[in-house]
Amino acid sequence: MFETFDFDVIRRSLPYLFFDGMTFTLTLTALAAAGGLVFGTLIALLRLSRLPVLSQVAALYVDLIRSLPLVLVIFWFYFLVPYIGQWLTGASRPVRVGAFTSSLVTFVMFEAAYFSEIMRAGIQSISKGQPAAAQALGLTYSQTMRYVVLPQAFRNMLPVLLTQTIVLFQDTSLVYVLSIPDFLGAASKVAQRDGRLVEMYLFAALVYFTISCIASFGVRRLQARIAVVR
Amino acid sequence: MIQISHVDKWYGSFQALKDCTTLIDKGEVVVVCGPSGSGKSTLIKCVNALEPFQEGEIVVDGIKVNDRKTDLPKLRARIGMVFQHFELFPHLRVVDNLCLAQEKVLRRGHDEAMAKAASLLDRVGLNAHAQKYPAELSGGQQQRVAIARALAMDPIAMLFDEPTSALDPEMISEVLDVMVDLARDGMTMMVVTHEMGFARKVAHRVIFMDQGEIVEDAPKEEFFGKPRSERAQKFLAKILSH
Repeated sequence: MFETFDFDVIRRSLPYLFFDGMTFTLTLTALAAAGGLVFGTLIALLRLSRLPVLSQVAALYVDLIRSLPLVLVIFWFYFLVPYIGQWLTGASRPVRVGAFTSSLVTFVMFEAAYFSEIMRAGIQSISKGQPAAAQALGLTYSQTMRYVVLPQAFRNMLPVLLTQTIVLFQDTSLVYVLSIPDFLGAASKVAQRDGRLVEMYLFAALVYFTISCIASFGVRRLQARIAVVR
Repeated sequence: MIQISHVDKWYGSFQALKDCTTLIDKGEVVVVCGPSGSGKSTLIKCVNALEPFQEGEIVVDGIKVNDRKTDLPKLRARIGMVFQHFELFPHLRVVDNLCLAQEKVLRRGHDEAMAKAASLLDRVGLNAHAQKYPAELSGGQQQRVAIARALAMDPIAMLFDEPTSALDPEMISEVLDVMVDLARDGMTMMVVTHEMGFARKVAHRVIFMDQGEIVEDAPKEEFFGKPRSERAQKFLAKILSH
């Protein structure tokens, strides 16, 4: 049944798929995960704040983001950001924002919401005696968080954070709606140019599957090692 | 040194502390005892403002604890505290547990902090364990590290919140030995404990609390000789009968 397929198209497009497509996908994944972790941690701290205003604002943000389809926000944000930029800077025409920047901002916003819930669970898993001991030594609130609570919360939650990053790695393929050549976008371009849809999409699926699988396996091994240390 | 006057504390409608008043002089060792739920831990946590209270005032070395203008981290850095469950930082090595607050709060240089840590670990007999993580130590060793960590800040007074209650019996004496040495060196200490042997040995005064009240506040000889209140007599009879 394979005689009508041309798998050589994969070999011919490999450099483009990996040097352009996969590089973009991995860059976006890494930057979005890093940004999401930083902002997610801040949102988690707000959410756990004793001031009701702060915790409610943070909760509202997380609920809002989690109730919207990601692909819609990517799309919508791409067209909206230039106008927000214009409004913020007072420029006379919409600010030009590249597709990469726009999609990165969207993913950071989304991952911040997801990571914040993970970090919140991590912070709450630390016994109350730890911040009490830190404060008794004279550490301020921010020092207590930075040196005592967050490092432990991060360590406890590392497997969950990495698993979420694997999901993010797959989700970055949604940027294809902006016609950005990420890995899936690049595969899709070749597929349509050469009329080799089945081959290219099969190959793309295989690559996503392989990378995610290996990464999941790595996370499980890490989890086992952390469990031993504790 | 530590002046506690007419302190009231409520958890919602439950009154945890009722009109507590006492004074601890420089160099004095005061043991606080009483049945569980009597408010003794709550009282010493009020001294460094880990627990807020609603009425009354506490003054430590001339600084009012329950004053909005008081720089609490700065005040707490001068009062050492040892917890029932040690509360060492599990992600840091023993020596880094001792250095963290020295460097971040007192702004000591790393070498100075390390030297201080080494001399204190030596004092509690744990120099060999400096590079280990807390989880690799026994409970008694962890509590000695916790005492060394508090001492590294050169505190003017030390608060102990049931320091031996979470320990196996064979480890209690190694911790008490360190505390006895500290008391004999003239450290001002407020100790919540049921270890009456420790109280007999080094305490100057014993405070007995029940239901949030200071029922008895007497010199050691008087307290163990014949407590004035019936509640303290009953309590002593219970814990000394075995």
